[in-house]
Amino acid sequence: MSYFTASIKQMLGIDPGKPAPDAYSPEAREIHTFKRGRKETKEELRAIAEAHDQSERRHFWRKRRWLTLILVNLLFVVSYYFDVQLLEGALTASRFIGFHMADLNSALQVMLAFKHVVLNLLIGTVTVFILWILVGGRSFCSWVCPYHLVAEWAEALHLKLEAKKWIKPVTFHRGARTLFYVIFALLALVTGYTVFETISPTGILSRALIYGPGLALLWVVTLLLFEIFVSRRAWCRYVCPIGLTYGFVGSISPLRVRYNLKDCHHEGNCRKVCMVPHVLDMTIKGRATSVDVPVGADCTRCGLCVDTCPTGSLKFEVLGLKKLQ
Amino acid sequence: MSTEDTKKKQPPVSPKRREQTRREFLRTGALAGGVLLISLLGYIPVGEGKMKRLRPPGALIDGDLNERDFLAACIKCGQCVQVCPVEAIKLSDIDEGFGLGAPFIEARAQACDFSCDGLQCVLACPTGALTHEINYPAQSRMGFARLTRPEKCLAIQGKGFKGQARGPDFKGVLRYEELDRWKAVPIADHPYDLELCDLCLRQCPIEIRIGQCAAGKPPSGDKNQCPPHRAISLEPLGKGKAKQPLVHDGCVGCGVCEMVCPTEPPAIVIVLDETADTRRGRG
Repeated sequence: MSYFTASIKQMLGIDPGKPAPDAYSPEAREIHTFKRGRKETKEELRAIAEAHDQSERRHFWRKRRWLTLILVNLLFVVSYYFDVQLLEGALTASRFIGFHMADLNSALQVMLAFKHVVLNLLIGTVTVFILWILVGGRSFCSWVCPYHLVAEWAEALHLKLEAKKWIKPVTFHRGARTLFYVIFALLALVTGYTVFETISPTGILSRALIYGPGLALLWVVTLLLFEIFVSRRAWCRYVCPIGLTYGFVGSISPLRVRYNLKDCHHEGNCRKVCMVPHVLDMTIKGRATSVDVPVGADCTRCGLCVDTCPTGSLKFEVLGLKKLQ
Repeated sequence: MSTEDTKKKQPPVSPKRREQTRREFLRTGALAGGVLLISLLGYIPVGEGKMKRLRPPGALIDGDLNERDFLAACIKCGQCVQVCPVEAIKLSDIDEGFGLGAPFIEARAQACDFSCDGLQCVLACPTGALTHEINYPAQSRMGFARLTRPEKCLAIQGKGFKGQARGPDFKGVLRYEELDRWKAVPIADHPYDLELCDLCLRQCPIEIRIGQCAAGKPPSGDKNQCPPHRAISLEPLGKGKAKQPLVHDGCVGCGVCEMVCPTEPPAIVIVLDETADTRRGRG
């Protein structure tokens, strides 16, 4: 199975299971055999993680990502507030110094509901499509979406409660998001209303920031409470079709995270911080079928795993850039 | 690797695991049902698809005044809000269901006075929810003015009007071309002294434009700016100085008359159950 189909399947919620014995490359097999003989003790692993926590680069990507996310959203607010016309509109559709931009999922819903596409919308959609192919698809989620940021804070609370054993976390089947994607597309097509837009916390938060708060924020608060007390990152993991739309785009993006088997301790810290840990299944001991494995399309390129990995086994890569150097 | 191979190698599923899978399936079904139910609640406020809000110029409506195309096409970005020079446009909240994030105008608070001349909101709309097929104010069909409270109307009572049309605290603005063609000023800064109240006619953007055209001075010399029909007139009523406002087919429903009407509540308002087109269609 190619990287492309495997990563799309995984994104849609189909569990690929363990790789077949003949799927391993000789090099990968050799490393797995070598590692079978030795195992770091818990104390050793803890010491490594603690040493890494002291490192200056511990939150390297998170700092840059939060800054980017806040700046992009602030640019919308500032543009309107001071009428400087840099980035007009909201995240659903905007104009960046005059150039049309349209959120791919919002544009898709409008096209399905309205069944006409005016030229400006087409231009905006194609522009954004190309932009997110270049920068990694679901990087929209973690680097731009304002809901992602507040959900990250809610997630921190959730994990604290879980550590204190005050709550018992609930999970759902990841296929739910695929189901929602199909249903919301059909609803737009059949009813002629952009139904998803009504409950999209991304649109609601973006508009609230720019045009002022409203009752719709209560829905966002409800979602956050659900994520704090019931199910970790439930909206992004199991519901949001925006993530899937950008995920499809990201499946052909040259920007992604790459896993290297060699130095990995398989202690699993990366999977613990990841919002979509299934994309890191290859870090489980014995799973990687080759020495270098690219992370799949569902990855939001948030960089938390890169920040967390004490051995540098997870790194951002841009395909083709090495050849240029 | 064929599917048969994997089936053979898979160990039998334990009853505990099977129970977990079953529960996850049920939970996921409940989640899906719950989220869908909540999202579909948004249908209630928009129900029959009839206009319930005064929309910006060019908002798509069909012959039955159904605005479903408008709600389908609107991408809820608020670019129309941002370009409006008089800040007449607001975005709906979640209590309007599927209309969430769609633009509307509260005419009594701040009407569209077309002071941008070029329909900036229409030009800004990225999806054509505000149709790009109209170019001039007179082509818009937002609603229709109606004298719903004739007993309140000062002109019908034969009364004049002196002072600020909506009192000193009213925040609404209006363009007075004799002051500044490009900048609207607060109505509160522009008191009137009228022998007979004619504010609805006097401030009607369509009537003002007709006056300019009659004087041979359409804006920017563009004759296409000239409205084809009158929007409102004051007709004599009895023998005194009393007059009655009469709305004509040129009315586009911009809402300036509703905004400037000095009585409380206003004698004239914009209604959404007809437009100049449906009126003419009825004959």
